[in-house]
Amino acid sequence: MNALLWGVLPYVAFVLLVAGTIWRFRYDKFGWTTRSSQIYESKLLNIASPVFHYGILFVLVGHLVGLFVPESWTDDIGLNEHTYHLLSLYGGTAAGVLALAGIGLLVYRRRTKAPVFRATTANDKLMYLVLVAALVLGMVAKLMHVSGEGYNYRETIAPWSRSLFILQPKTELMAGVPVMYQIHAVVGMVLIAMVPFTRLVHMFSAPVQYLFRPYVVYRTRDPEQLGVRPERRGWERTGV
Amino acid sequence: MPRGEATIGRVMAQIAMVMNLDKCIGCHTCSVTCKQAWTNRTGMEYVWFNNVETRPGQGYPRRYEDQERWRGGWELNKRGALKLKAGGRFRKLAGIFSNPVLPEIKDYYEPWTYDYQNLTDAPLGDDFPVAQPLSQITGKPMKIEWSSNWDDSLAGAPEHGDLDPMVAKVREQAAEKVKFAFEQTFMFFLPRICEHCLNPSCVASCPSGAMYKRAEDGIVLVDQDQCRGWRMCVTGCPYKKVYFNHRTGKAEKCHFCYPRVEVGLPTVCSETCVGRLRYLGVMLYDADKVTAAASVKDEKALYEAQLGVFLDPEDPGVQRAAEEAGIAYDWIEAARRSPVHALISKYRVALPLHPEYRTMPMVWYIPPLSPVVDALAETGFDGEEAGNLFGAIDTLRIPLEYLAELFTAGDVGPVRASLEKLAAMRSHMRAINLGDQPDPSVAASVGMEATEIEAMYRLLAIAKYEERYVIPTAAVGDAARLEETALPAELPDSCSLDFPGGPGMGGDGPFGQDSGRRHLPLVSVENFHVLAKRQTADEENELKELPP
Repeated sequence: MNALLWGVLPYVAFVLLVAGTIWRFRYDKFGWTTRSSQIYESKLLNIASPVFHYGILFVLVGHLVGLFVPESWTDDIGLNEHTYHLLSLYGGTAAGVLALAGIGLLVYRRRTKAPVFRATTANDKLMYLVLVAALVLGMVAKLMHVSGEGYNYRETIAPWSRSLFILQPKTELMAGVPVMYQIHAVVGMVLIAMVPFTRLVHMFSAPVQYLFRPYVVYRTRDPEQLGVRPERRGWERTGV
Repeated sequence: MPRGEATIGRVMAQIAMVMNLDKCIGCHTCSVTCKQAWTNRTGMEYVWFNNVETRPGQGYPRRYEDQERWRGGWELNKRGALKLKAGGRFRKLAGIFSNPVLPEIKDYYEPWTYDYQNLTDAPLGDDFPVAQPLSQITGKPMKIEWSSNWDDSLAGAPEHGDLDPMVAKVREQAAEKVKFAFEQTFMFFLPRICEHCLNPSCVASCPSGAMYKRAEDGIVLVDQDQCRGWRMCVTGCPYKKVYFNHRTGKAEKCHFCYPRVEVGLPTVCSETCVGRLRYLGVMLYDADKVTAAASVKDEKALYEAQLGVFLDPEDPGVQRAAEEAGIAYDWIEAARRSPVHALISKYRVALPLHPEYRTMPMVWYIPPLSPVVDALAETGFDGEEAGNLFGAIDTLRIPLEYLAELFTAGDVGPVRASLEKLAAMRSHMRAINLGDQPDPSVAASVGMEATEIEAMYRLLAIAKYEERYVIPTAAVGDAARLEETALPAELPDSCSLDFPGGPGMGGDGPFGQDSGRRHLPLVSVENFHVLAKRQTADEENELKELPP
């Protein structure tokens, strides 16, 4: 079980993430969108969406720092474990609260506004479930271990996650981890695996290139594309 | 246009449109045929690539011209440079998680269908069954309260007329001019499509780089595979002619019927126009001058500035520069015969819609004179007598100021000039029709000659299909290049038959030079004859005369 959860599942999730993204990019560029529902309802979204997105971005940064910055590095710059714990507790909780408040409002909007609810697919619902579960479990895990130094995941979870990259997963490190952290990690990996197959995929199209391109874009017609082109996904002929 | 004075930069060609508002009867045939052809799909129920608005009126979406609210188009920053009114690059990315100035579906209108099934399925009862309206957004019964042309022909104008942003602007300057009381009102129809601007703010707003202006014909398109649904283009377009497909989550817009235009057919809206009021043709312009022209400080000078960007296709210098820029001969010839160029640059009767948005729009309008003539005739005067008409223009029921807010950023000069030319044309042609000698002073008073007036009359009144739509095809533009690519070493990209699955696949067919499958006669005609002779020659001597 230990090996399965901490030695196999991470790689399965990673492969699904990478392969799924490549597959989606090759075969479903047309379906690759934010699927915004703002045109139906703008007022709530204008508050909830930025709150959630900025919250989840801070959560992401927090995870990256927590998992991939070794304890020895922070020790070297004179950040002791207690200060780090407080930083991660307050910073992480603030980000988590932002993200949760945002997604709470978004889910409320999605359920109560008829057009938005009507545009919600089963895929969306599953995604929301896993996403909210991951967020809530993360908060619970953190807040269950606040006393004193808190739980120092940087001696167990973080080294384990780093060991994954050198293909020598130290699964034994995860055996003693509090169960809430374990569940959070598993749900998190499921979420990662789901990214390419849900609307979450829009995170990979963050339009950073917009900062560097000229404002007006010109394109010439593809000279090999004067006739009809083969049908592609989303563009199949209807009827007849 | 000054000939050969300033140096010509990069010449580009654009298929542009002019609409003669005098002829629009507001029948909405263009809207309906366009809808049937392009937006007759789920997710696009509320979308009209072409719509016909009654002016004064709020337009579609409601009050779209109020840019203080919707933040469309460009403005000048403190240094006098162009910037997007909705905010620059960093502001767009920081605010990408929601777009506070995106019109909601209610700002357009909530599309609906009717519960037709109830008409046949309703149980037997005392009352007739009805088909109640169902929202196509929620699927639930709804109350119909607005649509894309709810205020058609001034319906509800006493109540809603004041909501027209242009009416508000005119009233600031001339309080008495715009009235909605019955017998004092005025109206005309304004058909609108995407402007396919020279300086498109929608393209500039797109974070994904999915929107682009086609280099060959200037048509502005959305790459559906690259669009990620950030919705910035909807805000960026001051004409609100980019729409969000709420089913696919992608932006869609009027594409100038490019599949038709590419093969030389007019757009669906032009083809089906009952009044034959649309003109299509090529405009040549200097792409290097666009930014400077769009950044002119005085809004009222933007019309003139845009005229300065257009190039005169009769100018040999322009022709040479166009050829150097890779514009096909047919396109240059089409530009010379372009009715659009004649109406915009030669006669100067067509005007751009809202030049103050600084997008350099390319669908222009001839302002309406007919209501003036009618109003005059109603008062018992001769509506087509020059003196009467000229006098009436300034006391129009359609105030010049209102037209100027639409077409010239508030400058009444060009609007008056255009209307006076139309009035002079009426007067001149009336004399001819009545067998009188036309008074040369009428033409002279608008700076035209009798022959010019008659040519303009022909274009505006009786121009046939081929004269109204002068559209060079994409294939013709490409044909010369394609023909030559069949010859080796002419172009670096070698044989045009070598594309995957193509008949060429490099080199000859299995049985020598002329064997194998060939779909198109892709050799130039000289080569064809040489080959034919080589294959049919009886004597070896005959071959020696041929070039190798």
